[in-house]
Parts: sequence; structure tokens; C-alpha cells
Amino acid sequence: MKSLEEIDEIRKKVRADLDLRVNENANTQEKHILVCGGTGCTSSKSPVIIENLKRLIKENNITNVKVIQTGCFGLCAKGPIVIVRPEDVFYALVKPEDAEDIINIHIKENKIVERLLCKDIDESVVKKLDELNFYKKQERIALNNCGKIDPENIDEYIAFDGYKALEKCLFELNPDEVIKIVSDSGLRGRGGAGFPTGKKWSFTKMAEGDQKYVVCNADEGDPGAFMDRSILEGTPHSVIEAMMIAGFAVGANKGYIYVRAEYPIAVRRFQIAIDQAKEYGILGKNIWNTGFDFDLEIRLGAGAFVCGEETALLESIEGRRGQPRLKPPFPANSGLWGKPTLINNVETYANIPGIILNGAEWYSNIGTETSKGTKVFALGGNVNNIGLVEVPMGTTLREIVFDIGGGIPNGRKFKAAQTGGPSGGCIPEEHLDTPIDYESLGAIGSMMGSGGLIVMDDSKCMVNLAKFYLEFTVDESCGKCTPCRIGTKRMLEILQKICDGNGEEEDLEKLEKLALNIKKASLCGLGQTAPNPVLSTLKYFREEYLAHIRNKTCPAGECKALAKYHINPDLCKGCGLCKRNCPVGAISGEVKQPHVIDEKKCIKCGACAEKCPFKAISK
Amino acid sequence: MNECKCGNSKENLELKEILKKYEKDKSNLIQILNQVQEKYGYISTEAQKEISEYLGISMAEVYGVITFYSRFTLKPKGKYNIAVCLGTACFVKGSEKVLDKVKEILKIDVGQTTENGLFSIEATRCVGACGLAPVFTVNDEVYGKATPEMVESIIKRIREEENSVAEK
Repeated sequence: MKSLEEIDEIRKKVRADLDLRVNENANTQEKHILVCGGTGCTSSKSPVIIENLKRLIKENNITNVKVIQTGCFGLCAKGPIVIVRPEDVFYALVKPEDAEDIINIHIKENKIVERLLCKDIDESVVKKLDELNFYKKQERIALNNCGKIDPENIDEYIAFDGYKALEKCLFELNPDEVIKIVSDSGLRGRGGAGFPTGKKWSFTKMAEGDQKYVVCNADEGDPGAFMDRSILEGTPHSVIEAMMIAGFAVGANKGYIYVRAEYPIAVRRFQIAIDQAKEYGILGKNIWNTGFDFDLEIRLGAGAFVCGEETALLESIEGRRGQPRLKPPFPANSGLWGKPTLINNVETYANIPGIILNGAEWYSNIGTETSKGTKVFALGGNVNNIGLVEVPMGTTLREIVFDIGGGIPNGRKFKAAQTGGPSGGCIPEEHLDTPIDYESLGAIGSMMGSGGLIVMDDSKCMVNLAKFYLEFTVDESCGKCTPCRIGTKRMLEILQKICDGNGEEEDLEKLEKLALNIKKASLCGLGQTAPNPVLSTLKYFREEYLAHIRNKTCPAGECKALAKYHINPDLCKGCGLCKRNCPVGAISGEVKQPHVIDEKKCIKCGACAEKCPFKAISK
Repeated sequence: MNECKCGNSKENLELKEILKKYEKDKSNLIQILNQVQEKYGYISTEAQKEISEYLGISMAEVYGVITFYSRFTLKPKGKYNIAVCLGTACFVKGSEKVLDKVKEILKIDVGQTTENGLFSIEATRCVGACGLAPVFTVNDEVYGKATPEMVESIIKRIREEENSVAEK
């Protein structure tokens, strides 16, 4: 247990020790080597880098250097990332054996290891992380602590104003004032639908009930999205603090966080954070003698996309099949075990401490008229700088894809960006200048979603992509309501038919009709948004659908059944490699003479094209 | 876990250890199933019975929950579970080709285990390593920037290792 005074002592002392993390000119002989411990960098062996660095420090009797495992820095494409502070030198794509040079050259000789510096898209060599174009247009609020602190050390969180917002709420504000700040900030739900957070809080506060609950939705199911995971891995205490503030505001003393079991690092760090907060007496009974109690528990998901839907999530916390409930009543009135329950997602919570500390106006000054603050996106797919990006609302897609993301690799052209995952839509080039906010994305047939942003180049077939999302929905539909369970299956069958080259023009009308019916008649958000990928591709890439139907060709060359392999006689040298590799003997030809493919026999496996040394085979 | 008559087999005692950690509250069902799945790699009929008795709910309810969530399986996975990510980021970067190759080499489909119990295939949704897409995992080891050739050589290596162990 620590008293408020003791916590303040820690804050002052540790903050001074950590000055070198944020101040390049910090007056210290110490150095901190920060190594990314997010899931991406961990997969690329960052724990071994840490081990090696620590071993070398010990072997060399170096006493003024510490190695710290942090959360995600954001630029996953250049991971594992290592940063040396206070001089703020940024090393990219570091391998375990590079620890030798970092210690021998950087630490011992005080020289930069030039070969480990990062190259920007324009090939210029960058010394500091924020010199990269990737970071120039970003503004980090939710991700503020990620890559700065050790997420497994509560003192480091406290040092950077951690739990100060909670203190402010408990001692200076009443619940209504807290809710007013959140309302005035303009913060809206970051899970996808964008419901005003302050409103949700006030509904839950007004609801009658002897017991109320606060829930954090960390069931980040959109494939290709990893914002919430990175927040939990990089700054778990931010979420705990925000849930406690929410508990104080709505009158709840028990919280649950529902996390995907597929995120073991996030689960482990969050549990460590809960344990530390309990040890410090921040979580528990009669916190800081204010009479406010709060307890927090982790509940693991078990791999069901639908559990990201709030009522399905509640069912799952209660230990049942995650099937959505009928709304109303909304969780604010009847949630967990029928009690008033507040549910927000991870990123929404991560914004709260900053809003309380800096005020509503500070937050509402960022962003657009209807969408305030920042949004974190997981930028992935065919883009150079894959990673985590936090930008003010109103930033355009073009800025994210080209300025921050560094454009499309391999000299290919941009074709579409997909936001909102299986619930969102594909955005074509003509709408790249759309400012990102809830309304604008909705107006062009997509949605904000939780923050997955997948970029696709011109080698991607939009019909095939729509099919991919429908396969996902069919798989993940919980089966409770008919439009979603059967409707999406029928849509998938039609898409399959088109991709196989058996589509007819009236299929497109059928698809549209089905889609609209499913949207209208489904019980929950999963079904109501499932047709979006099909509708948006039909709207912007209808020609591509028609090419599959009328000409039986896939312009992008992705649909296997429609591929026609052809050997260019001018390029073929008659080496016979394709003939030997064809599994069905569909290729014939004399040595040193151009070969030909028998279309009737060809199974379109592509083995010939892969093997041809002269790139003579095209589809 | 084989059928056990006395109720005191090693597995059964271990299962009782897991159960003891939780209150007899049916909202703990998914927590318990997660632990059992992790420990044994699947949830046997015997374990289901034990859990249903402990929590005081029907076996049908336990079975219903198991079959709803994709993490829970009723059959053991292979010693090496190869999970190819079919999240959007991986899909866009060609993970389907990797999956096709695994299926072709092992001659089994997603969700199946090879006859010798060595390999099983799983198609997962996003392991969160999108920066390394396409990604597949072999048990807990993550392989990024995957290619069909890469997965082929890894399966070959595992087979060789297993053969040399068997010979010894």
C-alpha cells in the first residue's frame, strides 16, 4: 500500500531519473537502451536482443547503461527497433548478433553504428525516430507512453503523470463533472460505431441499479488490426486508470476487461499491471481513503469475432456462447447479469487520462467538427511503412497511405484502401482525399471501424477480396439470426460462382438485393455491416465484376479459375523447365523451340510461370 | 485422456487442480475451458463431464460453448500445429499460397491432423504480427515474411529431426 504522498514521491524521483527518455540534453551519465517488446518485434527475436545486450553489459562491467523492454514504437516494418537515449539514436531491423556492435561501438566508443541506422523511403539515412516521414504527421495521445516506458513497471507510468487523472477525479471532481469533461471533449467510441462516449457514461450513471459494471472491450477481432493490442502491451496502466475513472463517474466498483486469448503478451502485461496497482493500493478497497472501491478482472475470449459486439461480449463474460442480445435494453440499463454496464473499447479508454488532465478543450481542439481527437490505425498490406499510426481526425487517406505509409512498394499502383475490416468498405483512388472522420468514411460506403487500414495494389482482385471478407463473415456469423446466417452464405456462393467464371449479370442485382436485406434485417452489427465489402466494391469496381462475368477474365489475375496461362513465343527459349515442372503434362514443345500450353489440360497452378527463367509465361 | 473408471488418473487429478482454482460459478466456464485446452491441446469428453459436474451445468451446455469458440477443439492437434494467418494483412500479401502449400505437402485439410499425429493445420485470424505479413506459426514460434518455399523447408526440417530422434 502506498499513500498519495508516497506515490507523489515516486513520481518526482522516477521522473527525474527518466528525464533522459524525453530530453535529449538530459544531464546524466546514464544511458537507456530501449528495445521494442511488442508482438511484431518479439516475433522477430527482440527478447534475444535484450538478453544479449544485458549479457554484454554484464561481461563488460558497464554500470551506467540499462536495457528496457518497451511497448510498440509503431514502425513495425523496420522492427526489431532499438533506441538509445538520451541521444535518441534509432536502430532498425536489428538482429540478435547486432547487440555486440551496439555495446562495443555505441556504448563503449560512443560512436553511432552507421550500418544499423534506418533508411527512409527516399533512401536518406535517418538518425532519430521522429525524423522519419512516418512520424512527421502523427500525434500521439492514446499511444503516448508506447515506446517510452517499461509497461511492466508501474513506477515508470506514474512518473509520466500516471494515475494523476484518477487523483484529480477522486479529490477535485464529482462524477457529473467527470462526465461533463468527457462529453465536452467530443470523444466518440473508437471501437467502430463512434457513439459519443460522454453520453454512454451518463446513461450508465443515470441507470438504476445497486450494482454497476465497467467493461473494457479488448476483443480486437478485425483481422489486420492491432491498435488495442499495442496499447495493452505498451501502456496497460492507462487503461486501468481510465476504467477506474469511468467506475467513479458511473458508480461502478467492479470492472472486467475482455481480451482475446490470442494476445498472450497483452494478457500477461495487463495482469502484471493489475497486480502492481493492487500492491500500491491503487486498485482495491477505500482507495486513498476516499471511500471509492474498484476491483478489476481479466476475462479471456476464445476466438469468436462476434464477441466484439457488446452484448455478445457480455454473454461470453457470463460464460455462454457469444450470441448477441436483442437491443433495447442497452447495456447501460441491462448489461452484465442484468445490471447497468458501461462498455468502451481499449483505445477509447486510453484517451481518457489525457482528457481529464489536459481538459476537454485541449482534446476538442484536435480533429474535425464532428470527430474530435486522434485515431490510431493499423496500417498494413501493400504499403511500405507497415505499422501503427496515430493521426488527428481529419487527416486524409492520401496523407496516411503516401506521406506516412511511404506509398506502394515494388513500383506498383495504389488500387484501394480498406477500412473497417469485414464491416467496412474499399475506398478507391478518387476518394483518397477524403478527410478521415466517422461521417466522411460512412458517406463513401466504408466506416471508421476499429482502425484496420489495409492498402491494396493493382495486383489485387476486388471480387476476390469481397469473397475473402464474406468467407470470414460466414465463418464468424454466430447463427442466431437468419439474415446473417443464411444470407451471407448465399452471397458467398454467388461470389464464388463469379470468381469461378460462371457468373451471370443478374447475379449482381441479386447480390445487391441480398446485401440490403441483410443490412436491414440482421440482429447485430456483424450482420448489419457484413455486406459492406461487397457493396463498396460493387459501387467502385463494378467493371471488375463485369469482366469476370462477361469476359470470363480476372483483370488483376488473382482468380485462379479464370487465369489463362500463355507462353510468349518471342521470349521462350525452349529450355523445357516449364514442361518438366507441369504436374499435368499440359506443356509441349521441342528443345530450343517455343513451347505451348494446352488450355484444356492446364489446371492453372502457376508452377510453369514461377519456374520460367525468362519470364515468358504470363496469365 | 482415456476413459478412466477410478477417477484418479494423472490427467484427472491435474484437471481437478485446474478446477479448484475457480469458484463453482458457471461464468467461469470459458476460463476453465481455456486452461484445459492449453494444458491438453483439446477438451476430451471426460473433461467435459468433469467440468459440467463441477459447475453444475449440463454437458450439452459445455459442449455448446466448446463448439462455439474456435480456440476450443474436441480432438487433439498434431505435435506440430502449423497455423497460417488468414487475416487481411496476410491475405493481401499472399498467405493463401502458403496455406495451399502446407495442405499439399501434408495432404490434409485445415482442422485435420496427420495420421501419425505429427502435424495439424489451422487457419487463424490475425496473430497481430501484421508487420511481418504473411505469417504462419509452428506451435508458438512465429515465422514472418513467409513463402511457400519457407514452409516447405521447415516441414522438411521437422520431419528430419523427428526421424533422427526415432532412429535413436
